[in-house]
Amino acid sequence: MTAALSRERRGQVLRQAASVSVATGAYGISFGALSVAAGLSVWQTCVLSLLLFSGGSQFAIVGILAGGPSGGAAAVATSTLLGVRNMLYGLQVSRMLDVGGLRRLAAAHLTIDESTAVGVAQPETRAARLGFWATGVGIYLLWNLMTFVGALVGDALGDPRVWGLDAAAAAAFCALLWPRLKSVDAFAIAALAALVAVLLAPHAPAGVPVLAAAFAALLAGWWHRAHHDPAAPHHWTDEDLATRGAEPGATP
Amino acid sequence: MSTWTTVLLAGVLAYALKLLGHVVPARWLDGERTARVTSALPIALLAALVAVQTFTTSSGGLVLDARSVAVGVAIVALLLRAPFIVVVVLAAAVAAGLRAAGMG
Repeated sequence: MTAALSRERRGQVLRQAASVSVATGAYGISFGALSVAAGLSVWQTCVLSLLLFSGGSQFAIVGILAGGPSGGAAAVATSTLLGVRNMLYGLQVSRMLDVGGLRRLAAAHLTIDESTAVGVAQPETRAARLGFWATGVGIYLLWNLMTFVGALVGDALGDPRVWGLDAAAAAAFCALLWPRLKSVDAFAIAALAALVAVLLAPHAPAGVPVLAAAFAALLAGWWHRAHHDPAAPHHWTDEDLATRGAEPGATP
Repeated sequence: MSTWTTVLLAGVLAYALKLLGHVVPARWLDGERTARVTSALPIALLAALVAVQTFTTSSGGLVLDARSVAVGVAIVALLLRAPFIVVVVLAAAVAAGLRAAGMG
């Protein structure tokens, strides 16, 4: 059922995987620098990239720990909630790869936004598998290398405020959020969460406003949908990308 | 919780979630409601993180400073489809420049 890939298609998929890996790996350097600026050691920074390996969660942890080590529990909770989407990607990736044993354990670790997106964007099963593995492994190597470089740079910089690294962290969250703001609902959720977080910040310990804001936004979204718009189909573009092609009948 | 505990616990939980997606029967996690919540979660969390990182001080107070300007510039860069690393470096440069000039 899975014909061998032509040389041309193989090249196309590998080029796409390489461009995504380089672009994603490059911002590993900003993660490394921000993490050290937030007070983590070079080793702790590298272990986060090796073990956690999910950009949004890693930025969240160092963003919250920058407010003080007391934010540890909230940092873990935020990171874990951000990681829930990888679980859904795992469903699609496991169907696409159909592997077991150690390969499955490795595939699970490499299941992130970018590897899933490149994989499921390919119409043929062989190309999808190649795209997933090439992107996952490419990003893993570059992300960890660049994290280490960034951590050394951050270590050498000294006071993070002088270099604007605190603003860089805020901009990094903006850039991670940006591709997800593709519907009115997404904008509404984002605006409400931002508002609640800012209102709670003066009154709650570090990290708690972020968690509370996320729950408030989810509840409001749920209530709104239940009372006004129960039948409307939902279109999350990044989810669409992750869903397309992963249906069992959609691959040739 | 020590920083090492935070790092290791978050890492183990992140991997556990990824692995769960690979091993549980698909029907446990399929469904429109699950998909909706899992796509809304990162939006809400990231937006809250943007707000906190931009407008609050380390003691939790609200403030408009060099970071607000830097994030404004970052949003313009995103509108112009600048890549991630450019957005981040630009924001750092704006904030560092404003502070060097004695503003914010």
